[in-house]
Amino acid sequence: MPLLEIRNLSVEFSTTSGKFRAVDGIDVTVEPNDLMAIVGESGSGKSVSMLAVMGLLPWTATITADVMAFNGHDLRDMTAKQRRRIIGRDMSMIFQEPMSSLNPCFTVGFQIKESLKKHTDLDRKGRQNRAIELMQLVGIPAPEKRLNAFPHQLSGGMSQRAMIAMALACEPKLLIADEPTTALDVTIQAQILELLTSLQEETGMALILITHDMGVVAETVRRVQVQYAGQKVEEQEVGALFDDPHHPYTAALLAALPERATERRLPTIPGVVPGQFDRPQGCLFSPRCRFANAHCKAVEPVQASPEMGLALCHYPLSHGEPTNREKAS
Amino acid sequence: MSEAILTAETLQRHYEVGGGAFSKPSTVRALDGASFTLEPGKTLAVVGESGCGKSTLARVVTMIEPPSGGTLSIRGKEVGPEGASRDRDLRAMVQIVFQDPYGSLNPRQTIGQTLMEPLKLNRPEVSAKERETRAREMLRMVGLRDEHFDRYPHMFSGGQRQRVAVGRALMLEPKILVLDEPVSALDLSIQSQVLNLLIDLQEKFQLAYLFISHDLSVVRHLADEVMVMYLGRPVETGPKDEVFSHPRHPYTQALLSATPVADPRHTKNRIKLEGELPSPMAVPKGCPFNPRCWRATEECRQEFPPYEGERHRYACYHPIED
Repeated sequence: MPLLEIRNLSVEFSTTSGKFRAVDGIDVTVEPNDLMAIVGESGSGKSVSMLAVMGLLPWTATITADVMAFNGHDLRDMTAKQRRRIIGRDMSMIFQEPMSSLNPCFTVGFQIKESLKKHTDLDRKGRQNRAIELMQLVGIPAPEKRLNAFPHQLSGGMSQRAMIAMALACEPKLLIADEPTTALDVTIQAQILELLTSLQEETGMALILITHDMGVVAETVRRVQVQYAGQKVEEQEVGALFDDPHHPYTAALLAALPERATERRLPTIPGVVPGQFDRPQGCLFSPRCRFANAHCKAVEPVQASPEMGLALCHYPLSHGEPTNREKAS
Repeated sequence: MSEAILTAETLQRHYEVGGGAFSKPSTVRALDGASFTLEPGKTLAVVGESGCGKSTLARVVTMIEPPSGGTLSIRGKEVGPEGASRDRDLRAMVQIVFQDPYGSLNPRQTIGQTLMEPLKLNRPEVSAKERETRAREMLRMVGLRDEHFDRYPHMFSGGQRQRVAVGRALMLEPKILVLDEPVSALDLSIQSQVLNLLIDLQEKFQLAYLFISHDLSVVRHLADEVMVMYLGRPVETGPKDEVFSHPRHPYTQALLSATPVADPRHTKNRIKLEGELPSPMAVPKGCPFNPRCWRATEECRQEFPPYEGERHRYACYHPIED
């Protein structure tokens, strides 16, 4: 049984100018001990879909799903109280901005011990010891002293380590890391990514890494899910994805990487991600797609076979060439 | 080698901070001894982590702030400690594009007004009609359409706004363009569009770029020369290929190895740097990199190493040999 199973998840926000569909029918399956990434540009719904799983979206959001189960619990019709027993204990999340996601009014130690107090029956002394242990685990020097530090006294890298310590406090089965290194410098980013992957290996938890950085993806995870404009467009093993992307969007995105460029001018993707009011008919990527034809612009594509990376495309690519073309014409 | 349009010699910018009634102010050496030249049609990329002084360098070169030491001369004209506050022509030669296109455009001005404003302030002799013609021309040059002229910034995406910011910077026909992280706020698919625009404009106008970035893959693609900075000091400068394939300074090597490569088969040969970046308020004595360096010796803790090498210069007592 998968640890986290999501089928056909959609999230709609009611805004003053009408409904806005941020996530549009996404599937996510995470096995225990999995190490996967969700990749996409801004507006692809990668954070929102995970926030929906965590139950952290505001009341303006309407969440619908066919299946949304974590570790045998159905997350859809759970009360807030029941949800709080799982969130923070079996499933936890770290966020992009370590500086603004810690509470500035309390010491780091207090914030780590808070979740221990909520979810475990450790006594005061036990919590203190566990907090020190966690600080050592994430590589914070002089943990006894740092427990009494306030967030503003720590650097960005240290705050992110403290966030990770908080998330790991109750040995979660699933950790969701939402752009954990985007706000950090590269040498610090390398340290944090190394820490996350080694913790994943040691504890056997599953890790979902949300990111937009293809370099981070290539070096960190085993499996990748690509999202575009709220839809999942492709899913593959990391090696296969970089070798032979099946969705034209993935292919174009990889081609736009400066390090893959063969000429001085980079290949580009024309246009922009569709917004609330200009969602196209048919395939959402068709206005920017190099291979799109009239069929793509009229009919919504269905998922291709697993061999074709479940690509959401009428003519999934194989080694850069569209397939199925003859059949359609 | 063509003639340099901008020359900087041991450029410094120090700030005094703190200092109340009972405490002495301390000095932050935000920029400490940067020497480089910019040439028409070429790009000098400045790379480094936060606090390395790259944005301070941008501000000094753009003459937003005067240097507190060293010399900066543009086309042989020296910018003194007073800065170029009186010399409009000098200021018009250097323009800047900022990182955040959402914050750097005035939300209450239309794109047309934004583009015309530099001319209005600096070239009062140009008639209103001529101003508009030039602004519309610029709009097309940066890849926007005529109907965008009367729209406001909020109606544009990040990439389009950055095009407007580039257009505004070019209105006074500068010779030098300072690009302070111009693409790091943009998505990957938009990033390549803006980079291509910058490449085209450089070829067309023979602009000298001072390109500031922390993204080494972008730098590798765009730059001719690279300057690696650490805590206010350049630690290595040289032609791009030399610096990327044969880094001599340990910090450069560590930075290169820490940068994720978008290739799953790439073997990670990562140098793990211990510790954090020191605060620019308390720069370590000697070579600023010594507390994190695996090659550091007593010598490194005493004095900043002298620069060595001709075109490929580096400041290290224990440079990496191939």
